[in-house]
Amino acid sequence: MSSSYFEHDADIGIVGRGLTIEQSFEAAAHAVFAIITNLEVVQPDITVALEFEESNLELALVVWLNLLLGKSRELGMVFSLFYIRRQENRWHGKALGEKWRDEFERGVEVKGATLTMLAVKQIGPIWEARCVVDV
Amino acid sequence: MNSQQLQQLRAYLWTLPKAAGEKRAEVLLYGSKPLLESMDDKVLQQIANVAALPGLTGAAMTMPDAHWGYGFPIGGVAAFDAEQGGVISAGGVGFDISCGIRCLRSNLNLYDAAPLLSQLADRLFAAIPAGVGEEGNISLNPQQLDQVLHGGAQWAVKQGYGDAVDLEYVEENGRVAGAIPENVSELAKKRQRGEMGTLGSGNHYLEVQVVEHIYDSVTAQAFGLHEGQLIISIHCGSRGLGHQIGTDYLVMLAKAASRLGIHLPDRELACAPIKSLEGQQYIGAMNAAINCALANRQILTHLTRTTFAEVYPHAALETLFDVSHNTCKEEMHEVDGKSRLLHVHRKGATRAFAPGHAKLPVRYRAAGQPVIIGGSMGTGSYILAGTSSNQAFASCSHGAGRAMSRNQALKQWNGRTLINDLEQQGILIRTRSMRGAAEEAPGAYKDVDQVAEVTEQAGLARRVAFLRPKVCIKG
Repeated sequence: MSSSYFEHDADIGIVGRGLTIEQSFEAAAHAVFAIITNLEVVQPDITVALEFEESNLELALVVWLNLLLGKSRELGMVFSLFYIRRQENRWHGKALGEKWRDEFERGVEVKGATLTMLAVKQIGPIWEARCVVDV
Repeated sequence: MNSQQLQQLRAYLWTLPKAAGEKRAEVLLYGSKPLLESMDDKVLQQIANVAALPGLTGAAMTMPDAHWGYGFPIGGVAAFDAEQGGVISAGGVGFDISCGIRCLRSNLNLYDAAPLLSQLADRLFAAIPAGVGEEGNISLNPQQLDQVLHGGAQWAVKQGYGDAVDLEYVEENGRVAGAIPENVSELAKKRQRGEMGTLGSGNHYLEVQVVEHIYDSVTAQAFGLHEGQLIISIHCGSRGLGHQIGTDYLVMLAKAASRLGIHLPDRELACAPIKSLEGQQYIGAMNAAINCALANRQILTHLTRTTFAEVYPHAALETLFDVSHNTCKEEMHEVDGKSRLLHVHRKGATRAFAPGHAKLPVRYRAAGQPVIIGGSMGTGSYILAGTSSNQAFASCSHGAGRAMSRNQALKQWNGRTLINDLEQQGILIRTRSMRGAAEEAPGAYKDVDQVAEVTEQAGLARRVAFLRPKVCIKG
């Protein structure tokens, strides 16, 4: 799994890659939260479960990322580990992290994942999930 | 953007000729050749997509500060007529619903205030919750939050945040009608619990500025401005609540558009007919977010006043104006000699009512609406006034507009070094995010002087005053 970024004038393009669709979603989530802070120091102490239904693969990526962002803000947490599994149109996710601490390095708040440049596709053996996030 | 593909209609106004068989309304681009050529090609693609949406009235337009956004370009303006099948687009409003600027004029002069500016910067930084992880000191239960969503800045004033006179100088007197809190998801409301009275991060700021130059002394007098005066600009929006409404409705409207047979050239334009159930649901939620943003800026105004009073006991801060630049508003506009009720989307564009407009406060009615073009930390901002020559549904530029991506800026600047350099120039920056500072480097933005000048030359608004930053609180 790996994550990276692509250029956008006003906001930030995020990319997640993995051997499965699920791994690409997990890597995309990592790319989003790494904008907010340095995830290497965030302890996976608290687990939050997430579930949603979405038949469209690309919309599922946006729903996944936005659910994570919404939950993290609701709970005052930052997540550093992500898991997601798909059963037909039902998605079961888990995010692990901890409550925000003042010692965390402050990056930039991410408002939401957009449908701009949104794509989930297989390139050879690798699945790639990408979109622009609004900051 | 290659300007060769554009046709110039007159000075500072361009159009994109239609290709053979292309079905869309007219596209108008306001700007100078250098500003247009500095824009990404995607601006053109995005505004052409907007021009293909159903029920568009007149042309889809970009302002001189336009840049590549999501769905609509930032700096995009489009008006839709509900009676002609017009649509409401979540992508045309954006995630930060009703993001805008509250501008306060003070009775302080830089000369007198300068010795305590550093102390002021520290106190503002301590008093204004800003940036990732920061929460406000206001805790609302669900019923109280619904009151915010109905009442906007009027609710905030009733709670003791500011004065009733502030409301005269806030769009819609501080409260839009038509808010439906029931259309706002529980998650959106939960996200807002700790975020009332917070500034946010990214390009949001609170700046203390000095009026450095007056362009129009008569209008400046009407606006209560003079050279050397300290001004405060507060740039923020509807925070987590607005962000969540944006995300909730983006996917919902994208699906609705498909179901209702609306072809979306870009899914991010997610929209539904204004008169549809989905369209009305979004409008009710969006209006709730507008009220949330107006209340938020009112609370921040109060916090700013309290902090100024601690440092300068005789300080008086009056609201000059509060104007949003990410909204869709129902407004009357004259089109082909007829007065029509339109839904005007302004995505990164400021409303700029002309002199004489009935919705302007009496004090500004002869001068035109105060318009604020926010700059970047190191350059400056402009106060302009609405003009009767504006043909862009009373809209104009809202800021300098980004000239490069955040990633490019991160590669080019170091946050700490930048802050030190700005301090050498007499600009005090207070932030908890070095990454944020680097991304917001003044050099990452277009030349705000050029944007303001072209805005005036294009007849969208006229310059009144230039403001130089002295203190900037960033998230």
